[in-house]
Amino acid sequence: MARYIPPPQSKLGQVIDVIVLLVLSIGALYIPLWMGLAGSAKAPIVVDNPTWESLGQNPTMVERWNQLGFADPASAHDMITARFDYSFTWGAMALMVVVIVGYFALMLRLSEKEYREVIAEKFERR
Amino acid sequence: MADFDITSKSMDGIASHGTKVGLARVLGPAHVWALGVGIVLVGEYMGWNFAVGKGGAYAALIACWFAGILYSCVAMIDSEVTSTVAAAGGQYTQAKHIVGPLMAFNVGLYLVFAYTMLEAGNAITLGYLISVAADMTGATQALDQRPFIILSIVFLAWLNYRGVLATLTFNLVITAFAFCAILVLFVASAPWSADSPLAHAELMSGQAALPYGWLGVLAAMHFGLWFYLGIEGTTQAAEEVRSPARSLPFGTLAGIMTLLIAATLTWYICVGFLPWEYLGDGVNGAVAPLFSAAQMTGSNALVIILGFGTLFATLASANGCINDASRAWFSMGRDHYLPQWFGAVHPTYRTPYRSIIFLVPIALIFALGAPLDQVITFSILSGLLGYTFMPINIILFRRKWPLDTIKRGYVHPFHPIPALVLLALCSLTYFAVFLGYGTQLIAMVSFYIVVSLWFHFWRYRFVKRADQFTMPWPKPRGY
Repeated sequence: MARYIPPPQSKLGQVIDVIVLLVLSIGALYIPLWMGLAGSAKAPIVVDNPTWESLGQNPTMVERWNQLGFADPASAHDMITARFDYSFTWGAMALMVVVIVGYFALMLRLSEKEYREVIAEKFERR
Repeated sequence: MADFDITSKSMDGIASHGTKVGLARVLGPAHVWALGVGIVLVGEYMGWNFAVGKGGAYAALIACWFAGILYSCVAMIDSEVTSTVAAAGGQYTQAKHIVGPLMAFNVGLYLVFAYTMLEAGNAITLGYLISVAADMTGATQALDQRPFIILSIVFLAWLNYRGVLATLTFNLVITAFAFCAILVLFVASAPWSADSPLAHAELMSGQAALPYGWLGVLAAMHFGLWFYLGIEGTTQAAEEVRSPARSLPFGTLAGIMTLLIAATLTWYICVGFLPWEYLGDGVNGAVAPLFSAAQMTGSNALVIILGFGTLFATLASANGCINDASRAWFSMGRDHYLPQWFGAVHPTYRTPYRSIIFLVPIALIFALGAPLDQVITFSILSGLLGYTFMPINIILFRRKWPLDTIKRGYVHPFHPIPALVLLALCSLTYFAVFLGYGTQLIAMVSFYIVVSLWFHFWRYRFVKRADQFTMPWPKPRGY
């Protein structure tokens, strides 16, 4: 197999490549944050006129809340009642599966193509 | 200052990568242990408690143990492959030789992002700890945490720039202290005594037992990974250990055993002191749960010991993360997967100095701008994608080079059971992340799809084909 000679890349081209990668990575991680889509669906369930009992706290728990600086039930209300919303649609779950499986399938397929070139060039020119 | 490009063939001297100035082989098994445990032990000091928030205290314990199984599989698989592919870049270099260039590029990015986000999380915790210390010593105004975040990252980057031996010796000392601090708190809590302040039965009764039912147990796997995330980083030192075949398996497996003990003790102490709702809220509640538990004892000595334990754990972790992320970035530069400018070794300190410096602002962007649970989720997702690669990697490794074809420093038992268990637990964890953090999951995988296409159709043209395969192995079977 003929040896592959890569084209030279200019310094500017190298800088642009790094910038592209940085923009993509920071964008992928930050865009969900900026759009308010990131993070958990964790929200307090409002309990009117909360008492320690209505918040489901026994005496030991109350003692620990007091020790942590939460002197009354109202101050601890949001933390105690906050719950994740784990409801989901099967469509959303199917999307997740397709994206993850599709990603690995795509990567393995393209990797295999590149790998065959590497092995052919490495071992056939010996 | 003269530059020595490690990619230069004209300066051949060491192994296949060819340079007079290679990375220095100065590390022993204790350094490997310190690198692995040092990165991870901070997971006991912060972050794991989000698992309590996602499923309750029992769910976090179950997640801790299942994650322990996951990481035992990771350590077994990694030890075999790394004892054979002993080169900087760790899993990246493994992927390059076993699966293919695109997989390697992705694995390199997983490593960089997992460690850089972990480093950012460490810096956030350190800033919080210093602000708490200021409050405790009578500060009248809220302390601005940002200078401390910046200072810690820049200081550790400088330490890494100066040399790997000093860096990991520093890690060895502070990691040992942080581990001992957990033992001290456990002993001081006297769980065997009737007068113990631990109140597991009362704090975990009623709705506190399993607030989300078994779905919560599944969901808790997401942050259960945080107990151990980063142990696979031991492989990054492969090119700098004196005896890779001995040091890497020994250091990695000793590390996972240490962490299993530390994780279980941490869970036991924290859920015995703190209400699960407080413990599970790592942003407004227990940012540093062991430190919070120490505060509940009323002992100033324990508060100081666990305060320093938290501080040292965050420093050791951030230190190891800079070490590992820079090695992965350096390796990709050396192979032209990234601009080759990054593949340079410092002529005096023999460290990948350009990669170290380049990653500093990226860590700062996230440490200064993103909430802790998001940063941790980014790190976990990159780690999880990396763990999904490992079963594929070991199955292909055994198939392409069966045991009788190349010598391994370590052969892991029961193949392919660890690989299949790891794959099953990774699938479970994707679902756990999906519960509550599905948007980040989709966004991050979409990012990897886009950069994969960018690499395959653009960047790969600058990569020499045969030069990527640097191990002295026979031709793989089936090619």
